[in-house]
Amino acid sequence: MTEQTLQVEILRYRPETDQDPAFQTYTVPYRDDWVVLDALNHIKDNIDRTLSYRWSCHMAVCGSCGMMINGEPKLSCHAFLRDYYPNKVRVEPLANFPIERDLVAVTDDFMEKLESVKPYVIPQQERAVDEGPHLQTPAQLNAFKQYTMCINCLLCYAACPQYGLTPDFVGPAALALAHRYNLDTRDAGREQRQEIAASNEGVWDCTFVGECSQACPKSVDPAAAIQQTKIASTIDWYKALLNPWGKR
Amino acid sequence: MDVIETDVVIVGAGGAGLRAAIAVAEADPSLNVALTSKVYPMRSHTVAAEGGAAAVIKDNDSLENHFNDTVTGGDWLCDQDAVELFINEAPKELTRMEHWGCPWSREPSGHVAVRPFGGMKVERTWYAADKTGFHMLHTLFQTSLKYPSIKRFDEYYATDLLVEDGRCQGIAAIELRSGQMRVFAAKAVIIATGGAGRIFPFTTNGGVNTGDGAVMAYRAGVPLKDMEFVQYHPTGLPGTGILITEGARGEGGVLINNEGYRYLQDYGLGPPDPWPRKKAMELGPRDRLSQAFWHEERAGKTVATPHGQAVHLDLRHLGEKKINERLPMVRELALSYMGVDPVFKPIPVRPVVHYMMGGIHTDIDAATPLAGLFAAGECACVSINGANRLGSNSLTEILVFGGRAGRGAVEHVRSGGKDVDRTAIEEQAGEAQKRVAALFQKADGTETVVGLRKEMNHIMETGAGIYRSKESLEEACKTIGELRRRYADVRLEDKSNVFNTDLVQVLELGSMLDAAHVLAHSALNREESRGSHQRLDKTERDDETYLKHTLAHYTGEGDPRLEYLDVKITKSPPGERVYGGAAS
Ligand SMILES: Cc1cc2nc3c(=O)[nH]c(=O)nc-3n(C[C@H](O)[C@H](O)[C@H](O)COP(=O)(O)OP(=O)(O)OC[C@H]3O[C@@H](n4cnc5c(N)ncnc54)[C@H](O)[C@@H]3O)c2cc1C
Ligand code: SF4
Ligand code: FES
Repeated sequence: MTEQTLQVEILRYRPETDQDPAFQTYTVPYRDDWVVLDALNHIKDNIDRTLSYRWSCHMAVCGSCGMMINGEPKLSCHAFLRDYYPNKVRVEPLANFPIERDLVAVTDDFMEKLESVKPYVIPQQERAVDEGPHLQTPAQLNAFKQYTMCINCLLCYAACPQYGLTPDFVGPAALALAHRYNLDTRDAGREQRQEIAASNEGVWDCTFVGECSQACPKSVDPAAAIQQTKIASTIDWYKALLNPWGKR
Repeated sequence: MDVIETDVVIVGAGGAGLRAAIAVAEADPSLNVALTSKVYPMRSHTVAAEGGAAAVIKDNDSLENHFNDTVTGGDWLCDQDAVELFINEAPKELTRMEHWGCPWSREPSGHVAVRPFGGMKVERTWYAADKTGFHMLHTLFQTSLKYPSIKRFDEYYATDLLVEDGRCQGIAAIELRSGQMRVFAAKAVIIATGGAGRIFPFTTNGGVNTGDGAVMAYRAGVPLKDMEFVQYHPTGLPGTGILITEGARGEGGVLINNEGYRYLQDYGLGPPDPWPRKKAMELGPRDRLSQAFWHEERAGKTVATPHGQAVHLDLRHLGEKKINERLPMVRELALSYMGVDPVFKPIPVRPVVHYMMGGIHTDIDAATPLAGLFAAGECACVSINGANRLGSNSLTEILVFGGRAGRGAVEHVRSGGKDVDRTAIEEQAGEAQKRVAALFQKADGTETVVGLRKEMNHIMETGAGIYRSKESLEEACKTIGELRRRYADVRLEDKSNVFNTDLVQVLELGSMLDAAHVLAHSALNREESRGSHQRLDKTERDDETYLKHTLAHYTGEGDPRLEYLDVKITKSPPGERVYGGAAS
């Protein structure tokens, strides 16, 4: 029996030598338990040592390996060849980010945005270690748990039409993480975060297409976080309007 | 060459590196920290840890229990002063994580919940569902963003320690984006580069776990300790090596052979209760469970899969609700990567290389014998893990000793006083750069990264795996020695500068070969069986000769020079490791 094979078309770009990105096609063995990352590793090991891409865990948790696969943002370690076979698979770097090289995207912008929303507990009052852990009931944990599941894979940014149009938009994952801390009973930093989240580049840029939540491999549902943040900011605004001297 | 001047440089931004950075920032916000990592911090392999982190917090538990479980689990090779300090600081560190927002799973009352792990007398593992390492890493990373004194250098590959005048004064690292070498000049250096599982073919470790930092220290003259001790985790998915957490057995999962029989009862781990009895059966220690598999396989009692022999991990009796609630990731991983839904079918599993007990020799303050150099996390060996790490101790270890490394570095900077010798270290970095440049200039390399790596992987598994012997280890030493020589002819095929992953893999292979070399020699020289180091030709533990740590020193092209150091015993004299019914 001849070995089954699959064609993988990869967008290559080496800034030192290439004027523009261009596709290059490789033929790899087809195995039904292989993911696209296995195919890339096969190419790197056996066909072309110059192919560059990021990966580490091979178990959909480190968030390194986000790519466009047949036009959709996916984790390449969680996109099975069996879902494409016998058709060819087209692999490109994450959309909406500049290309550093081959499948490696420049993601500095996200790192800055994440930092800007202060994604850490800002306590009402510092708590000493001797005081022990806070109490937090399973229900209180569940209120924000989903938003803690973000692996920073940036598939949602690649899917977001608004981020594509207005790069200043803080974007789904960073807003979801801001919301995660806002909802945490240990946190008192919402007002500080709101400056960014409720700014023009924050939630108001989102038009609720919901592409981000569909792309998310971890069911974080950033669209819901953005929606809830918007409602909360609207309430803040009304409160301030109706009661301009009151404490917000 | 660009020089980045800082007070403390940290190599590695996994759990240990991030915890160290925060410790420096908290101890002295006026000190600058350069946090370098070859991947973005949240990609570090701490992210993959599932089960949990151990610390005594419940009334039914005691520090003494944690001490005994750790020392017994380590087959008495742990330094007991270090263990004592570790168990004392553990609850504080996990509490701090709680204050920083780690989403620990809770009891209905709102208290932090704990679960049992293998080899534990009383359940004491804090967990965040079955994504504990992921939540710890992101909590640490996000918390680190709060401190302005921490400056990150993401995607920098460190190649060399810069040592002058008997002091470690910085590192040389390649910025992957540009391919340029940079010098980090610092008064203190902390290495936190994680494990080296990738020297074996079948491992739970990510692509980044190549032992770089340990080997950097080794080449700079710092000894590597106890490198012969490699932990196999009993339950990895065949093929990918993806880990099925011990938490699955803590919740009541059982291991059965091809006859549907709970075979662990034949290996001194019974009785086979229908419920998870602590320290017995499926909750026995990892080394024993992995060794039992080896015997079952030889007895023809395992199950064939397309990726080799396996046994079955059966969770069906837990029911869908409990599996979804407590082990969602296990279900997801088994479904995606094995096509098995554990609600309806048992999961095929086999032992898989998981954790390096050995590493850079440090004292209990995370200081190495080289002034100005500290190390913490899986790359270091304090030693609290001895000959076999107790599951869920290492997520705690990266916090306790990461923190100590950070504070130690601050102390050192404040008291060390002496300035960095810029001229000398720049010259050294120039040498490091020349070595990398030589790879680019060489036109006729005859060896490939892939070829050498495969040979290394193969000989490590056959020569230095779950069971070893004099012959198998001699073979491993010989082959790795040859591979190291052949590595001089390795071919770099990609000659570009920007994000050159071929270059990274060439350098990583160099680290792995040196780590494998030390591992094989240390194992050959330890003529006894202890914990994870099992010799078919020396089946007994020999406290007379080997109640000692191995220290391996670099000699350049030759074999490592081995020395031995007494284990620190404070209160628990070496005894028998008792598991099964007799232990509870
Ligand atoms: C699948 C899995 C599950 C586990 N589950 C548990 C568990 O439930 N409980 C438990 O206690 N332990 C568990 N462990 C063990 C534990 O997770 C690890 O020992 C621990 O997380 C290691 O942390 P670290 O900070 O030392 O290293 P890592 O998190 O691996 O970080 C290493 C860092 O070093 C950097 N680095 C490496 N080389 C270089 C270089 N040359 N230049 C620059 N930077 C470099 C990397 O980029 C990375 O940032 C598990 C391990 C695995 C693999
Ligand atoms: S929200 Fe989802 S898609 Fe976006 S970065 Fe996080 S995990 Fe990825
Ligand atoms: S390699 Fe880690 S998420 Fe894909």
